[in-house]
Amino acid sequence: MAVLVCVKRVVDASSEVLLTEDAQGVDGRYAGFTTSAHEECAVELAVQIAGAEGQSASVMTIGDADAVEQLRAALAVGCTAATHVVADPQTFGPTDVAREIAAVVRDQSPDLVLLGNDAADSGDFQVGIRLAYELGWPVVNGVKKVSVADGVVTASGDGPDGYETYQMTLPAVVTVLEGGVEPRYPTVPGRMKAKKVAIEERSPVAEPAGPQRVRLLLPPPAPSNVQILGKGADAAPAVVDVLEQLGVLGR
Amino acid sequence: MILVLVETDLDGAAVEVSREAVTFARTLSEAGGGVPIDAVLVGDVSPALGEQLAAYGVRDVHRLGGESFAAFAGSAWASGIETVLAATKSVVVMAAGTERGNEVLAHVAARAGVPMAANVLTFGGLSPFTVTRQVVGGQALEEMRLADRPAVFTVAGHAVEAETAATPGAGNVVEHAPEVAAVDLVARVVSSEEPEPDLSGDLTSAKVVVGAGRGAGSAEGFADLLELTDLLHGSLGVSRVVTSLGWRPHHEQVGQTGSRISPDLYIPCGISGAIQHWAGCSSAKNILAINTDADAPMVTKATYAVIGDLHEVIPAINAEIKRRQG
Repeated sequence: MAVLVCVKRVVDASSEVLLTEDAQGVDGRYAGFTTSAHEECAVELAVQIAGAEGQSASVMTIGDADAVEQLRAALAVGCTAATHVVADPQTFGPTDVAREIAAVVRDQSPDLVLLGNDAADSGDFQVGIRLAYELGWPVVNGVKKVSVADGVVTASGDGPDGYETYQMTLPAVVTVLEGGVEPRYPTVPGRMKAKKVAIEERSPVAEPAGPQRVRLLLPPPAPSNVQILGKGADAAPAVVDVLEQLGVLGR
Repeated sequence: MILVLVETDLDGAAVEVSREAVTFARTLSEAGGGVPIDAVLVGDVSPALGEQLAAYGVRDVHRLGGESFAAFAGSAWASGIETVLAATKSVVVMAAGTERGNEVLAHVAARAGVPMAANVLTFGGLSPFTVTRQVVGGQALEEMRLADRPAVFTVAGHAVEAETAATPGAGNVVEHAPEVAAVDLVARVVSSEEPEPDLSGDLTSAKVVVGAGRGAGSAEGFADLLELTDLLHGSLGVSRVVTSLGWRPHHEQVGQTGSRISPDLYIPCGISGAIQHWAGCSSAKNILAINTDADAPMVTKATYAVIGDLHEVIPAINAEIKRRQG
């Protein structure tokens, strides 16, 4: 029972982002890069599932040379092999990404492929599903818990009417939402081990058709009506005056 | 023809975001010179639902029924929608940008071999067919061309306000019970139950929420914030970075992937105000932001702000409250 988990190097959207000059991509030089929370949970699930079966989890990404950082992060928390499809991901649309993942799946023959529910940057909400059609495998989307026993995958998460559980036989594709498991922290030995793993580099199997992007834009700034109460500790009396005005004190 | 996937609530009414999607569809309909709008849904269609959708301008309400639709399967729903697409010769398929809406339409697009645009905010025009959608968690927008037919996209929540149409539609109910291939029923819900106990109840109903973000600095950096929370009889809410760093439990998270709060006063401390967080707190009646950065989005969107380090400001506020309370 082999597990493959797919991750993406994305701009850290917790601070302001800038666009590249050609408006075709996000410039993450100042904001920094990360692995999305959904994918961190997918990595954790992959490591747990593989561990329970006495097997190992491998990780893959499609990204530029720097995306090795995201692969090493997954290796540091328990994945044991990594594949890097070296390409500029901003020129790949969801169909292109699904095709490239499918090519890796055909070579490595995992039984289960885990992905994040959606990429934190492009937010396409469709790569896992397109991958499933590419492979002819079943797909469950947006779950928080995943386990495997006797070749059957059980996946569950919140649905519109309650907590939903899916079951299907392997092979299968599952996309993960954050919140079902706590991603573990890399240990120092884990990091050391991750540095030594040889990462398999590949080229894309086909020229990307590309996203249907015309251009990226930044949303217009909203007007501000903020009342500044002061700076530092000196603002405390003004703050407590506001708390009294709003009637939230002394209840 | 424009086909809109409509989701219903437990009472059988169309959910607000689906009504927003139908409202959005009318913009396309008008651009196309009055292209009819049909709805497709799974589940029961009461006379009230038919009337509700008619008021939004829906011509036919296509209902997918039969055993294949008794439990949710994304591929089965997509298969059913394909049947309706063929019958109505629709050139556009839309849904609300919910988990379900995005999932089902991704199936529809993958099966049809066409692109899908998720979380669209605005419609750009018919020729070429362009839409603008949210990317990077709402921090940026993407203008996207949908050249293939059907054009498949989902509408971001609250991109438009749900409004009934000036001219109602007929709202005729059309029953479908299409055959669904066995392969499309493999990944199917086998059980659905009440969600696990929701630990965020105090947070979502709190009158005062003290928020903490990266600025808390560490798991140990919450003492003063918790004291302020106590003094105000409020609840603590945190940004995603705080839970992903393991400083606080996930049920305290406010934002797109956490709880949505609507207190009388929200006091975000050291929270920059990324759009994902804003999605969870924008319903607060008043916001008092405490942040070192006067240009942080949370500060510019706030009602009141203090510019400073929360580790200096919060102890001073706590001391002032205690002083006044004697």
